[in-house]
Amino acid sequence: MSDKPLLKKADFQSDQAIRWCPGCGDYAILAQTQKTFPEITEKKENTVFISGIGCSSRFPYYMNTFGFHTIHGRAPTIASGLKMANPELSVWLVTGDGDGFSIGGNHMIHLLRRNVDINVMLFNNRIYGLTKGQYSPTSEQGKVTYSTPMGSIDYPFKPTKLALGAEASFVAKTIDKELKHLQAMIKRANSHKGTSFIEIYQNCNIFNDGAFSHLTDRDSKEEQLLRLEDGEPMIFGAEKDKGIYLDGTSPKVVQIGKDYSIDDIVVHNEKDRFIGDMLANFTASEEFPEPIGVLYCKERPSYDELMEAQMNEAQKDSKKAKGLYELLNAGDTWEVK
Amino acid sequence: MSKKAKLETVDNVTIRFAGDSGDGMQLSGGRFTQTSAIMGNDLSTLPDFPAEIRAPAGSLAGVSSFQIHFSSQEIHTPGEKPDVLVAMNPAALKVHLKDLTPGGALIINKNAFTTKNLKLAGYDSDPTEDGSLEDYYSTHFIEMSKMVERACEGIDLSPKLIDRTKNLCALGVLFWMYDRPLEPTIDWLNKKFKSKPDVVEANVRALNTGYNYGDTAEIFTTRYVVKKAKLAPGKYRNINGTLATCLGLLTAVEKSKLSLTFAGYPITPASNILHTLSNWKRFGVKTYQAEDEIAGIGAALGASYGGSLGVTASSGPGIALKGEFLGLAVITELPLVVINVQRGGPSTGLPTKTEQSDLFQAVYGRNGEAPMPVIAAATPGDCYYTAYEACRMAVKYMTPVMMLSDGYLVNGSEPWIIPNPDKMNDFDAGFVKENLTDEQYLPYKRNEETLARGWAIPGTKGLEHRIGGIEKQDVTGNVNYDSDNHEKMVQIRAQKVANIANELPPTEVFGEKKGDLLILSWGSTHGACKAATESLLDEDLKVAHVSIRWISPLPKDLKDILSNYKKILMPEINTGQFRQMIRAEFLVDAIGLNEVQGKPLGASTIVAKAKEIINE
Repeated sequence: MSDKPLLKKADFQSDQAIRWCPGCGDYAILAQTQKTFPEITEKKENTVFISGIGCSSRFPYYMNTFGFHTIHGRAPTIASGLKMANPELSVWLVTGDGDGFSIGGNHMIHLLRRNVDINVMLFNNRIYGLTKGQYSPTSEQGKVTYSTPMGSIDYPFKPTKLALGAEASFVAKTIDKELKHLQAMIKRANSHKGTSFIEIYQNCNIFNDGAFSHLTDRDSKEEQLLRLEDGEPMIFGAEKDKGIYLDGTSPKVVQIGKDYSIDDIVVHNEKDRFIGDMLANFTASEEFPEPIGVLYCKERPSYDELMEAQMNEAQKDSKKAKGLYELLNAGDTWEVK
Repeated sequence: MSKKAKLETVDNVTIRFAGDSGDGMQLSGGRFTQTSAIMGNDLSTLPDFPAEIRAPAGSLAGVSSFQIHFSSQEIHTPGEKPDVLVAMNPAALKVHLKDLTPGGALIINKNAFTTKNLKLAGYDSDPTEDGSLEDYYSTHFIEMSKMVERACEGIDLSPKLIDRTKNLCALGVLFWMYDRPLEPTIDWLNKKFKSKPDVVEANVRALNTGYNYGDTAEIFTTRYVVKKAKLAPGKYRNINGTLATCLGLLTAVEKSKLSLTFAGYPITPASNILHTLSNWKRFGVKTYQAEDEIAGIGAALGASYGGSLGVTASSGPGIALKGEFLGLAVITELPLVVINVQRGGPSTGLPTKTEQSDLFQAVYGRNGEAPMPVIAAATPGDCYYTAYEACRMAVKYMTPVMMLSDGYLVNGSEPWIIPNPDKMNDFDAGFVKENLTDEQYLPYKRNEETLARGWAIPGTKGLEHRIGGIEKQDVTGNVNYDSDNHEKMVQIRAQKVANIANELPPTEVFGEKKGDLLILSWGSTHGACKAATESLLDEDLKVAHVSIRWISPLPKDLKDILSNYKKILMPEINTGQFRQMIRAEFLVDAIGLNEVQGKPLGASTIVAKAKEIINE
């Protein structure tokens, strides 16, 4: 890549009118994506956005790249087939908490374990928006919605924890309002070979407004957000005076100063699965801050690489019938005159 | 030295090998088939096995069978009532005896008729001892287990493994009875068990033991000769529908210079397509065992979107799961081949048995107005041409195509003239190469003749565009909810599929061009209908047979053909699905012959019904 990007943000904007509700968090995610892409690619024709169904899944229509708005929950299947057919493509999958973890939960876990080189952007607003306000698999217990007038009795998923459980090789979390951070996560996902999973907390201002306000309000957010940096101690708070301390294998929040110094604080290591699991557990807890950034990143061969290797290996097998003609004529044959 | 058994020439023989799932009946049948093929007989086979991998040994549920019909004449079906039944245990006898031709040969492994096995099969007394069989059949109670045990003395194999060679012993007896050589089987054993010389030795000894028993035991008075059939000249091999299907797919991608991506989920009886193609990576075939049926078709469609030819295969229950994706393929107008190897339904139904009951599912089984071409294979070997055509039309018309096959076609086999791929037509994938305008690429601009849109694959500069499952605006492909546009698009999609009929060859009519009765079939009932028609024509009846290949769209000349006959008979292994379609389409009073028993229709049933109709 040259220093100065060949493409501009405008090159990634399609001519289609955007139809999200005014004030929706999706606008910010779209804008940051369009802004970031000139920095990560010079060939927009090699970029494909694939989505399922839901508010977030309208995303491909607004990107002036190749795009495929598929059916509910099934985007990972299309994306996997596409990547198999052409491993050169940069494939991005946009999904939501309902699309990705309810109707499409099965495909999502298998995509992650296979480690197909695809980047997943999961917009989590903890609600069903397009069907107008039912609870989702990430909605908190007790949530009152149209389908749960007495409060939801479903226990929610923690998406990053589920992704790690499904053996994801890259797991990150960010927030629609954290513009620079969001851009950084898109870049990190892009450079990771294998499935990159980014959970993006996204505000639905119509059906679940303020779900993440504690993480986005200017005055309070730094007390709630744990900004992860690889190799850096896990400290947080407006005064950077709190940190995560490991008491044996149990993490706890401590005040830096009297009893604990900065040296007592756990240092983040993206490659450490134990740390990744611990951080994923912090999700939506009362006890711990909400971690954003790369929770876990450890490369292993991607599905498409392994497939390519087998395809090449198979070419070397000279003992077996070579061409179609030989294959048709294989086995016992006889002539009738 | 034994008294020589006399040699008698016969035209047609049907043999059924039946035994426990673990008795190796499919193998015995397969070897008999291969040898008969090499000897130049025409033949047709029907394997039949239980859904359970290993049902309790000796139980009725665990009986597996293989039927072969071979002949010195041209034949079209795996036969109905066997002339010879090989029953390796009491359960096999119990299940299959009712089908054996009166006076037919019954070959039994006497050693398996133990008290326990008899009880498992529900026999109160031993039929090999109580005289209940001898009056009706030509019985041969052979102590196969004991014979192979003795023959294999000195071979370092467990008694259990040695006992398992008794299927070769049974095969040896049959080879002697029908005067067939042992060498092809011995060669095959040598190849198959190359690294296990003891296993080869035991099996060869068992085979010879069976053969020599026939030669020396003086219990067989007659041997039979089935001469070479007068088949069309050419180079032949024996082929089953699975392999033919896979070869057809491979030919299609070679002729179009496309790559093949097959994605599927294991399901009986379609899984062997996945297995076969998985071995063809050296031809650039990519295969993907998906997490479920939906992911199978999704990955195939994703591959097609990316410029490979996506193919998926399943059976009825799996096709049901794929339904929503079929609609997406219809509206996004991408090429896709979906193979439905039909089995008995509904629900899990009869997984290992054949049926033709997914016709409505194939033609109509989607939400909305979602027309899709449907093509059906007629014989195991015909699966090759059907698969090739399905691919060609999918690419040419930018549409998903459903290929209907069934359990009988994929597992059944027949001698097959090996096609020369050079003589199959090339066809062009026709990828859009560039956008010649300064404007946005128009993904729904169409070829005027076919109405197919362009195949514009990701990675091509200037063609960036978006597609999806929401209604498309004509030409631009943009999301569009306008009512007039929707109606127009519904009509265009229907017309595009209908256009396929413009290039279909004239429908072949076998028999009288005008007459009293037309037997109209689709799919695997072809063979039985053709055999029935031959026999009716031999009796100078004014009949004909038409086998329909394209169910959707139907051939344009069918209406005229139907009008040339007083009556129309439609045999189907369902309750009359195609008949309903034909009646609705052409307003003709077609008569059904419908059996839903999980097995192919018999020609004799069709003959009887046809005569009844003609004489009405």
